[in-house]
Amino acid sequence: MSDITILDEIKNAVDSTDVLLFMKGSPQFPQCGFSSTVCQILNHLGLEFKSVDVLQNAEIRDGIKQFSSWPTIPQLYVKGEFIGGCDIVREMFESGELAEYLTSKGVTVSS
Amino acid sequence: MRIAQTIRTRLEQSLAPERLEIIDESHRHAGHSGASPSGETHFSLVIVTGAFAGKNRVARHRMIYEILDDLMNAPIHALTLSTLTPDEAASAQ
Repeated sequence: MSDITILDEIKNAVDSTDVLLFMKGSPQFPQCGFSSTVCQILNHLGLEFKSVDVLQNAEIRDGIKQFSSWPTIPQLYVKGEFIGGCDIVREMFESGELAEYLTSKGVTVSS
Repeated sequence: MRIAQTIRTRLEQSLAPERLEIIDESHRHAGHSGASPSGETHFSLVIVTGAFAGKNRVARHRMIYEILDDLMNAPIHALTLSTLTPDEAASAQ
């Protein structure tokens, strides 16, 4: 059967990855300042994360917006849960909530 | 100021904000993808309203995205949001 929809694929990806970032470009070469900011924060926390470059796939780029009813990229997921976009990740990082949250989910943080 | 004014009118009608700042940051993104020569593509909003009470950040941002739904992606390419209740805004000062 080939009726797996893009939303199923996205769900599988976020559920099977501890920390997954949908972004524009790659962590090495981000193509957008907001995506770049989130990568810097995740790197600062010493996190191992995977990323999906939505610029490589229009179906994912549209699908991810539907998936979380969230119209913008980047989008961060931890253990299947949607955390937010750049502003939310930055606010949570600055207040210390992000590290706390990750630790509570069993994700190793180095600082 | 056309789009900024639309944003202001909609948010004032829907959220009755105590404080609403709309900053057009488009000039900082001139030449990037999504930027338009006429500006009004990249905005930063500060919204202080009691309507956010009891809602987490994701829910607050979704409220804004819903109000501006037909403007998202185009003409608005990027939207930076700071969403606070009056109490949070007071303690942040």
